[in-house]
Amino acid sequence: MAAETGFEMSGVTVTFGGLVALSDVSLAVGPNQVLGVIGPNGAGKTTLFNVACGFVRPDEGRLRWRGTELRALRPHQLAGHGIARTLQDLGLFDRMTVLENVLVGATRHARTSFWSGLFALPRHGRDERALTERAMAMLDELGIADVARRPVASLPYPVRKRVALARALAGDPDLLLLDEPASGLSNDEMAEIGELIGRLTARMSVMLVEHHMDLVMSVCHDIVVLDFGKVIARGGPDEIREHPAVLDAYLGEDVG
Amino acid sequence: MDRLLGRSTLRRHLTLAVLGMLVVVVVLESTGPFRNAQFASMAYYGIAGAGLTILIGLNGQISLGHGAFMAIGAYTAALMLQGGDPLPLPVILLAAALVTLVAGAVVGVAAARLHGPYLAGATLALAVAVPGIPVYFSGTLGGEQGLNVRVPDIPPWFADAVFFVTGQDMSRSRYLGYLGWFCLVVTFVLLANLARGRVGRTWRAVRDNEVAAELAGIDLGRARVLAFVVSATCAGLAGGLLALSARIAAPSGFTLTLSLLLLSAIVLGGLGTLTGALIGAAMLTFVPQLVTGLGQDLGLTDVRAAELAPLTYGLVTMLVVLFAPAGIVGGIRAAAARRRAVKTSGTSKEARKDEAMDEIRGVTGDRHPGGGVRRG
Repeated sequence: MAAETGFEMSGVTVTFGGLVALSDVSLAVGPNQVLGVIGPNGAGKTTLFNVACGFVRPDEGRLRWRGTELRALRPHQLAGHGIARTLQDLGLFDRMTVLENVLVGATRHARTSFWSGLFALPRHGRDERALTERAMAMLDELGIADVARRPVASLPYPVRKRVALARALAGDPDLLLLDEPASGLSNDEMAEIGELIGRLTARMSVMLVEHHMDLVMSVCHDIVVLDFGKVIARGGPDEIREHPAVLDAYLGEDVG
Repeated sequence: MDRLLGRSTLRRHLTLAVLGMLVVVVVLESTGPFRNAQFASMAYYGIAGAGLTILIGLNGQISLGHGAFMAIGAYTAALMLQGGDPLPLPVILLAAALVTLVAGAVVGVAAARLHGPYLAGATLALAVAVPGIPVYFSGTLGGEQGLNVRVPDIPPWFADAVFFVTGQDMSRSRYLGYLGWFCLVVTFVLLANLARGRVGRTWRAVRDNEVAAELAGIDLGRARVLAFVVSATCAGLAGGLLALSARIAAPSGFTLTLSLLLLSAIVLGGLGTLTGALIGAAMLTFVPQLVTGLGQDLGLTDVRAAELAPLTYGLVTMLVVLFAPAGIVGGIRAAAARRRAVKTSGTSKEARKDEAMDEIRGVTGDRHPGGGVRRG
């Protein structure tokens, strides 16, 4: 289905009580590919992401990442394997500065121990400076380096949104899960996000849950359509646009 | 500030520590035995408060049971001081801290699974239960009467060294004052190092948003247990010092009231800041005595005058919560931020207000008492 080195889900089923949230879902994201996941509200997109980043353990099915199976890993362990995710509600650390938020995102690259921090050894200082450089570079790339020292709570929504993205990118992930990256943004900002995702594919794979069809169609290489927890269609943007089941279940007359 | 103290974390904190130690020498040398003893109490309240404020303010875990950890440290020190030829005091205090560290790790593992009111309840149970242990094992732990503690002789080299600098002979209470404040300064340097570095950032991230922290690669359980252990270790050291200052380790010294006073002290001072812990410790030490003295001057009987202290304490707590919810330190910082914003000329009123709000949010956000309790 896709290259061996990417991210694969096969036969994933998740039930909450009697409710089937995902039913036998299989998908794959190749290296440097963008996979869009679309579907009406309640179709299981969020559950799919929660499975991919380790918050929800599937009842059945397997996850593979770069050829090895991911078994029972917690989210922080998956982060260590290079899987990063943004949250729909951003989930910023509201009482910290922009820079500190992004520094936390770079935790994966921290090298020093508790003890060197306790005694503020030079090693710890060097590591902190290296992390700060990495974080600042990320802020620079997203054009928000000038607010690095500001508390995130004070910033307007689009800027906060970038902070969340910068935090996810600071760990240099190989797979980035983007949960509604365009919601609440203006058309111009959405275009910028699209461009950014295009740039990111040079260094990572991306999975995208998004409601804005223009964005999905323009950046995704492949699209999976979910409805009632099942994959009802998959293919390139052009195929999906014309797919009768999709038009029926989701896009309706808006796109028609 | 940066230019004055240097940019390196360690150098900055050590400079402050040396300055602080100088103040301690001047204060302890210029006051009598009674005040010396008070300053020794302030030191152990400060250490325990600092540990607690790190736990609650930075990591968002609440503990109503830190008095219990102080008891563990105090009894450890008291037991080690029982024989005729005890180990050197630094070893004993270190042991008090280490034994409490182990206890903190055990409780911390349980605490890491609990949130908000449940965590408060569990630690409350600890505060209630631990003072019962010495009563049960009254053979080794002295029962209700507790264990008497004999303060070891002052090391001659220390007395000589201080005499050489100050020209004054060392009294026992002054010695305990020095010991307590030395421990406080060391503890504060180490805690400040942690708070400023990656570990502190990790704790704050967990406090602010667990889901996002986990996604960023933080092991939530590990971060929480670590914070709890660090905090409990401070309380253990403080307990050891308390046993020395009070010359006794007895259940009545570690009632629930101690845990609650400690909590209210750091809230008053300003949650999450070491300065706040110090202010809280000063209030715990000096307010009761001050108010009682005032009451006697106004002609109240001794009993009535003694009742003024808790009353005043409650009133001050209410006033601070009403008018400076971020505590004294938080209130001062917010006021300073407003002043700076007003002084900024050439900007519109709105922009200045925005700026002030930023600063206030930035400051109080970090130290808001309500933020201490995680929403479970």
